[in-house]
Amino acid sequence: MSEEVAVRLEEASAHRGAHTVWSGVDLTIGRGEFVAVLGPNGSGKSTLLDVVLGLLPLGQGRATVLGRRAGGANARIGYLPQRRSFDSGTRIRGLDVVRLGLDGTRWGIPLPAALSASGRAARRRVDEVVELVGAGPYAGRPIGALSGGEQQRLLIAQALVRRPEMLLLDEPLDSLDLSNQGAVAGLVQRICDSEGVTVLLVAHDVNPILGYLDRVVYFAGGRGVEGAPREVIDDATLSRLYGAPIEVLETSDGRLVVVGTPEPPAHHHPRHGHER
Amino acid sequence: MSAELAALSWNPLVDLEQLTAFPFMIQALEAGTIVAVMAGAIGWFMVLRRQTFAGHTLSVIAFPGAAGATLAGLPLAFGYFGACALAALALSLLARPGRDGLGGESAAIGTVQAFGLGLGFLFVSLYSGQLTDLESLLFGTFLGITATQVQTLLWVALVALAALALIGRRLLFASVDAAVARARGLPIRALATAFLLLLGLAVAATAEITGALLVFALLVTPAATAQRITARPGPGLALSVALALAVTWLGLGIAYFSPYPVGFWVTSLSFGLYVAVRCGAHLARPRPAEALS
Repeated sequence: MSEEVAVRLEEASAHRGAHTVWSGVDLTIGRGEFVAVLGPNGSGKSTLLDVVLGLLPLGQGRATVLGRRAGGANARIGYLPQRRSFDSGTRIRGLDVVRLGLDGTRWGIPLPAALSASGRAARRRVDEVVELVGAGPYAGRPIGALSGGEQQRLLIAQALVRRPEMLLLDEPLDSLDLSNQGAVAGLVQRICDSEGVTVLLVAHDVNPILGYLDRVVYFAGGRGVEGAPREVIDDATLSRLYGAPIEVLETSDGRLVVVGTPEPPAHHHPRHGHER
Repeated sequence: MSAELAALSWNPLVDLEQLTAFPFMIQALEAGTIVAVMAGAIGWFMVLRRQTFAGHTLSVIAFPGAAGATLAGLPLAFGYFGACALAALALSLLARPGRDGLGGESAAIGTVQAFGLGLGFLFVSLYSGQLTDLESLLFGTFLGITATQVQTLLWVALVALAALALIGRRLLFASVDAAVARARGLPIRALATAFLLLLGLAVAATAEITGALLVFALLVTPAATAQRITARPGPGLALSVALALAVTWLGLGIAYFSPYPVGFWVTSLSFGLYVAVRCGAHLARPRPAEALS
């Protein structure tokens, strides 16, 4: 049974020092699901990733990840931290950045591929995963010379290169323009389907990914709920969560706009030129 | 430089024979070769990590180290290596890695550098005299290299390069992508300290030959040129070493037949190479729209 479950939290609470980030959280994420982690700034979205990775022990409750205690299965998890774009002067190819995800923690220096079978296998795996994210045409160029969207695809390839069973992506869409947000979200869903990978994606705007999601985890007011996107992003659920009257409006093209949150909605706030 | 200059015969074999006729020249070539390999490889990582300023500080610290050793009657190598190792440790304490794991405390580093220069000046004036010594401390001397010095350099280089090979892949990961490397459990801080120590060794070894002020001709320029030419790590490292070797050998060779000092030739050659590569890259790129994203 537990084989069907990727992440399970039971009566979980997380603390940073004396501050309780959230408490009383129950959630179950099935294998192969594409799940968005949503909520206002500081509500504990990235904290959930830290808990899943076992970097932050729970104050109360239990966390099970891929059938183990949290932290026990990290070798089977691909993690993309909040970022982080490469300086334009970084003279390393995208291919090399992906390759570092495969064997960058090993000692020594790699032998030239011509001399070693494992070097050839590593190169094949890197090419394969670069193809998978569609970065083939530019993976050979210095990563600093690439656009934010191109860099993000290569970083997803880096997180995927060790064939993880689960991907944790912390705001991967943050520095991208709208069309790239949609494209990267579509790519993540395709990988989720074709490779059977469970995906937890932290986002501050649900709309670019709404059409691709299986489930949503929403944190606010020190609590969290989990469910199908339309069940969670809903007047009654969010009002209960925030403890304030919340209205969810749906535009004619199916986008959701959350109105009445204690802080301004995140999705039209001006970007600060993250895109390079 | 000797008073009676050797004359260039323009016959490569004869000239090579002239070059290697004296033991001091053979020792200079040996020492130059060892130093070029070490500086080329470690310099490549330094340029990639954007720690050129830290490298510069270490090279400036090499000067008070050497001057202090002269004053105390210790071997020069002792002063160079001791000062650079101490300074590397100090820098790694000062440069608290930020989110990207690389040292950003340039003001603090600059302070250390200024103090180091002041100390060096004090030692030189306490030593009272021999301005020729000051000149060779700052601008190097190929011609006074002894066989013992060559042997010391060889051992230092072997140890440093073995250590670099051992941590090479992890250091590359931590340098390029510190956030993910940290999440994957790499000790970013320890790697940064280890690298600064290696950099200190490379600077000290190079300073013995090029002098404290011309270290960069071998440490920065070949690496920066190589990174202009290729973004592939393996070939880039090899190219950086090859360029450092070429510049050293050519510089020594030309200096032997010319009245100008070897430090001048080595720096000029590597500078010329860098400019040529940048101009070449500029001409070879007919796409001005590339910068738009």
